[in-house]
Formats: sequence, structure tokens, C-alpha cells
Amino acid sequence: MGIYLDNFLNSFFYMGVGMLGIFIVAAILIVSVVLLNKVTKPKKKDKQ
Amino acid sequence: MEVIYENFLLLFQGDNWKMPIMWIIGGILIFLAIKKDMEPTLLLPMGFGTILVNLPFSGAIGEDGALEILFNAGIANELFPLILFIGIGAMIDFGPLLTNPKLILFGAAAQFGIFMTLSLASLFFPESKDAASIAIIGAADGPTSIVVANTLGSNYTGAIMVAAYSYMALVPIIQPPIIKLITTKKERRIRMNVKGAKVSKLTRILFPIIVTLVAGLIAPASISLVGFLMFGNLIRECGVLNSLSETAQKVLANLITIFLGITVAVRMQANEFLQLETLMILGLGLFAFIFDTVGGVMFAKLMNLFSKNKVNPMIGAAGISAFPMSARVVHKMGLEEDNQNFLLMHAAGANVSGQIASVIAGGMILNFFG
Repeated sequence: MGIYLDNFLNSFFYMGVGMLGIFIVAAILIVSVVLLNKVTKPKKKDKQ
Repeated sequence: MEVIYENFLLLFQGDNWKMPIMWIIGGILIFLAIKKDMEPTLLLPMGFGTILVNLPFSGAIGEDGALEILFNAGIANELFPLILFIGIGAMIDFGPLLTNPKLILFGAAAQFGIFMTLSLASLFFPESKDAASIAIIGAADGPTSIVVANTLGSNYTGAIMVAAYSYMALVPIIQPPIIKLITTKKERRIRMNVKGAKVSKLTRILFPIIVTLVAGLIAPASISLVGFLMFGNLIRECGVLNSLSETAQKVLANLITIFLGITVAVRMQANEFLQLETLMILGLGLFAFIFDTVGGVMFAKLMNLFSKNKVNPMIGAAGISAFPMSARVVHKMGLEEDNQNFLLMHAAGANVSGQIASVIAGGMILNFFG
């Protein structure tokens, strides 16, 4: 078994892109859920 | 009598001496399942399957072997884990997450261990498919680990599955010391109020559809994983398929779990499992879980630097996908610090978001290396 320094260094690219991709999905989902919650919130009936 | 003696002598031929070692390993898995109640639904079938496939000229494997047929029918083509995901999706209640959507960020942060492990594994394993498959142990999700390892054609599928399921069961042991190491008592005592807001049925129905669309567009390789998970959730939330939801949660999930557990053992044959690399994989799997925990907690601490309403950083640790164990661990730790601090709803929200994030991480890994 050896040490593969090139693979190790290249992996940081995947780390960066991978985590960024997950956070992008997270951000889109947060915005979607906030909008959904606002749109589907039951409206208060005006009391006369 | 002679036949029995000859069959017994086969144990001493070639590499067959390794088989009794695998019996012991199978026995340990069965012991952990029964005596320690560690993921018994999977460790017990895996343990028993290990014994079945490590007998000389075992009829359970080989071209006409039942386990080999099941493996080709359901694991080699990823069918079993995907169908299991329907059941898992039907079990998940996204309510706590939908009332507090920023918890999704903790699920994302807690996948950090996957990529840290990818880096470390790349140092020791020359083939990227193996390093990536080992890294996905950090997803803390059995079906995702199986799908990724099989799709990439890793040489270490058996060890990866044992590591993934064993460490999922060990979350109550792994996480608390790590959390205590990187948080202060004051931080662990931060109280979080429960938001009483109700989530509309429409939101609950649209959420799985939106997740599928978004995840599918950003990480197309995750479509089957995310899609099956969200399909299961949609069956649960639509309100018109109660019998299907119940079937998915109970009968389907249990049935597939039986087949999955015992069939995965096909990759637990002595020649494949008893290698130095197996020990390394077990070590790297632990590393992944540790850094998942660190990632989630540190992200929560980072958020607290910019946020007026402080978050208990232990919630970040619940972003690991080991559902619902991690949420329970965090809730219990919160009560130990302050018996009026109920973290379960927040932890459950982070925990279920980790389920989504882990699947997306799996999809990203498949996109990179598939």
C-alpha cells in the first residue's frame, strides 16, 4: 500500500464543489419552504 | 461418515482456513444485534449471511446460489436499497424541518465528513472509485452507501456496508464525546424555543416534489435515490394513500430489509473481506462519522457568530443522517445539561434534513466518479 499524494491534492476540488453543491440545494430548499409557508398560510378572517 | 470427514478437511485446503475467522465475525455481528441491540434489522441478517457464504463449496453462492441470485436481482442493480428508500421516505415526518427551514443548513454541514474522508481515503487508495465509496460511509445511510459503492464498482463493498451499518448503530457512543470536546457547557445549555407554527398540508405535499426537482437538476445522479425517498414521503403526506403508506413503512421496509441484510453478505466472503484494507476502511468510516459531527457543530457555532438568536450547536451534530438516533442523542445531551431544554423537535428537523443532504452528497459523488 502506498501514499498517493496527487489523488489527495485533487480531492480538495471535489470537497469544495461537493459541499458547495449541497449548500446550494439547501439554500434553494430553504427559500422554497419559506415561500411555500407564506403562500399556504391560512388567512385570518376579519371579525366584524 | 467419510463424506462428512472429507468436507471437514476442505477447511484446511487453500485459503479456506480464513473461513472460521469469518464465522467469528458473523457471530460478532449477530451478538451485537441481539445482545447490544445495534441495528439488529441489518446486522443479524448480515452476520448470518456471513456464515452462509463462508462454508466450503457453499450452495448459497456461485452461479445457482440463492444469495448470488438475490444479489444480482436486487443489489448489483441497486433495486433493493431504492425500494427500501420508499419505506424510509414514508416513515419520515418533515414537519419539524418545514416549521424551521434553516435547519436544512445543519443537514448540509453534517455531510462534511464525507468529503474529508474522500481526501484521506484518496491518500491511501489509488482508485477513486474505492476512495469515493469509502467516503460515502459518512452519509450514515445504508441504502446510499450500497447504491454508491455498487454503482462505482468498488472492490470493498462488504467492508463498506459493515462499516456504514455498524457506525450508524454506534452513533450514541461516537457523537457525545466529540460534541463535548468541541463545545462549551454554556453552549450546550443554550435553550431553543419550539416554534408552534403548523405546516399546511399543501406544503407537506409540495415539499417532496420540490426536493426531487431541485436535487435532480443539480445532481442528476441522485435522482433515483432522492426520487424514491421523496416518493415514499409523498405517499405518506398526500392523505389518500394511507394503506400504501402503512404498507411501505412496515411490510415493504421489513421485507426488503430481510433480503438486503442477508444478500449483502455475498460481499463478506473471506478472500474479499479479510484484507488490511478492511481495517483501514473501518478506521476511515469512524473518521467520517467524527467529521460529520464536527462539521455540523462547527457550522452551528459559525452561525451563532452572525445570529442574534443563538442556536444550540449540538443541533448541528443531529444533521448526520443516522435517523432517528442522532436526534435522540442530541436531545438527551441537552436534557443532561439543562433539564428544561427540549431540543428534540429542532434535532429531528436537522436529522431529517441530513437524510436529504446525504442522498444529495451521494448523487454528487456519483456525478464526480461514476
